[in-house]
Amino acid sequence: MKLKIASLVMASALSLPALAQTEIQWWHSMSGALGEWVGDIANDFNGKQKDYKVVPVFKGNYDESMAAAVAAFRAGNAPHVLQVFEVGTATMMASKGVVVPVEKVMRDAGYKFDPSAYVPAVAGYYTAPNGQMMSFPFNSSTTVFWVNLDAFKAAGIATDKLPQTWPEVALAAAKLKANGHKCPFTTAWQGWTQLESFSTWHNTELATKGNGMKGMDARLVVNSPLHVRHIENLGNMAQQGLFVYKGRASSAGTPFESGECAMSVNSSAAYAGVKKNAKFQFAVGTLPYYPDVTGAPQNTVIGGASLWVMSGKKANEYKGVAAFFDYLSDPKIQAANHKRTGYLPVTMASFKLTEESGFYKQNPGTDVSVNQMIRKTTDKSRGIRLGNYVQIRNIEDEELEQVWAGKKSAKDALDSIVKRGNEQLEKFEKANKKG
Amino acid sequence: MQKQTVFNAKWLPWALIAPQACVILVFFFWPAAQALVQSFQQSDAFGTSVEWVGLDNFKALWADESYLASFRTTAIFSALVAGIGIGVSLMLAFFADRVRHGAWAYRTLLVMPYAVAPAVAGVLWLFLFSPSVGLVAYVLARVGLEWNALLNSHHAMALIVITAVWKQVSYNFLFFLAGFQSIPKSLIEAAAIDGAGVWRRFWTIQLPLLTPTTFFLLVVNTVYAFFDTFGIVDATTKGGPGKDTAILVYKLYFDGFKALDLGGSAAQSVVLMTIVVVLTVVQFRYIERKVHY
Repeated sequence: MKLKIASLVMASALSLPALAQTEIQWWHSMSGALGEWVGDIANDFNGKQKDYKVVPVFKGNYDESMAAAVAAFRAGNAPHVLQVFEVGTATMMASKGVVVPVEKVMRDAGYKFDPSAYVPAVAGYYTAPNGQMMSFPFNSSTTVFWVNLDAFKAAGIATDKLPQTWPEVALAAAKLKANGHKCPFTTAWQGWTQLESFSTWHNTELATKGNGMKGMDARLVVNSPLHVRHIENLGNMAQQGLFVYKGRASSAGTPFESGECAMSVNSSAAYAGVKKNAKFQFAVGTLPYYPDVTGAPQNTVIGGASLWVMSGKKANEYKGVAAFFDYLSDPKIQAANHKRTGYLPVTMASFKLTEESGFYKQNPGTDVSVNQMIRKTTDKSRGIRLGNYVQIRNIEDEELEQVWAGKKSAKDALDSIVKRGNEQLEKFEKANKKG
Repeated sequence: MQKQTVFNAKWLPWALIAPQACVILVFFFWPAAQALVQSFQQSDAFGTSVEWVGLDNFKALWADESYLASFRTTAIFSALVAGIGIGVSLMLAFFADRVRHGAWAYRTLLVMPYAVAPAVAGVLWLFLFSPSVGLVAYVLARVGLEWNALLNSHHAMALIVITAVWKQVSYNFLFFLAGFQSIPKSLIEAAAIDGAGVWRRFWTIQLPLLTPTTFFLLVVNTVYAFFDTFGIVDATTKGGPGKDTAILVYKLYFDGFKALDLGGSAAQSVVLMTIVVVLTVVQFRYIERKVHY
């Protein structure tokens, strides 16, 4: 009986209206230190006004939270705001009637929304072919080059000028190996860093139609001579023990932090982790390139995630979402977020603010990612937008591993990525054309 | 005088199986029917546009070389998991049955892994075998074996087989132990008096009498290897290197829950279900003949 009363009380307490405050559900994938960051953002916003209450809910990593949102949407109880990783962008854009463009949410609520305030490579990534900005850039990172300076000194390599090009990287790796280093070079997120960002950095298409930005009928062209040359180069480095493969996704992050690997290509958002865990002097450099390629270096491509507004909610709730996004757009807030997490400042104003505060001088290397991004983008470098991209990234992992293991030539592997990837693109195009 | 109680009510047997039937209906038949329906559809992730595509999803699977290769991988994996799992647990049960002191402790320890979730088991073994920090990898390197499950297919396969077997050994062990203990002592004693040693008694008396248990476990372990192991693969190899440990159920899980391709994933689940039904029928028709009840 006691239990029954208790549960009755609980049920009535839960069903009470939240005192005229409109709740905004925000599903995200930020764990650990970044999870605390998201909680602080919500608390700060909730403390500054009384009408709305943002409730952040951790729903697992990116693919888990997206799967959860899909299930919730089908059941009719999707959250108001969903954090979606860059890989899911095409899927979100193609799902008609699922999302409300962020530009519309802001305008409807009476805020002025200026997409040109954003860093071009960031805004472009989330802008539909008709010029409408679809989602709100939240946490963006890009690919940078990490160097263990202590290991460089031990191998007698100059530390005042980091390797800028792939031949210089190979040379440094050879010196490190000659000095007894077990893992001279590694890379995280091989699909993102060695194919996607590599392509835009060299102003070369990864896929036709401006890497899919201009339409769903884009097809992969990642078996071009330049791509074959690069993967062949890395494959040879792997056979010589200069490049040591440390696994898919972010697995290569830990071996760099522990000092096991001396050079690494990884996300700029690895900064917080490296700064906290590395017991050595480190430096951040720009992504290496091939100096004989005209147009290189162009700009690198972003990773990370953006916030999508789900459809089917009440007008008042959309006002709350707009108020929250307006709060997030404040350059001061953005600069603070950039300094705290290592994610890119997504607007030019917040970048200038950070620069003026002297942060980049005190923390050398933190501006590398920004400088790689704040350039005028080209049709080939604006971003990547491909359907079924989760599968395609997986195909890239599978095929590249065959090259690192010496089982397949670079050409065969890249041909296979193109063939298998295009099957996915065709399937996506077919599934999304009708409806 | 009749000792057995006879229930004459016609409804009683139905009422007694009703709870179980409901559970099976809701948690098996209904989702299975859903999967069957979805396998003939193609839709975007959020299900806003659903289109009937007939057999397109199945045709796409047959056209996919990597899917066909996955059958071979799955066959090898399942045979290894069922074979090694049954062999090891039979051995453990044999010895545990003979232990006189502290039998309870041994049994509890042997049963414990069954309570561990597949993903946790995967992470546990991944750490043990991790080339840079793993204990097992360290020992292997000391004896001259350069362990690298990231690029060596055999190593990766060994890793998921060991993890899957480790998790299932407890279950098998329990059944074998019960099996050993249900063998009448008189048979063993009679054989011992006739001069049969431990091994002779095992091969000619205990093992033949355990064939029903072994057969049951063969079916259960095959189903386990086919269906229940995606968590292990996801936590350890993610199907790599290449596609060399991408067993059917992992590809299904990946396509459905990570890549949100529900139609393709549903088609795969129908194929997988068919395979397991056929396998089970074959096992009952042909292998069961060799079973002594």
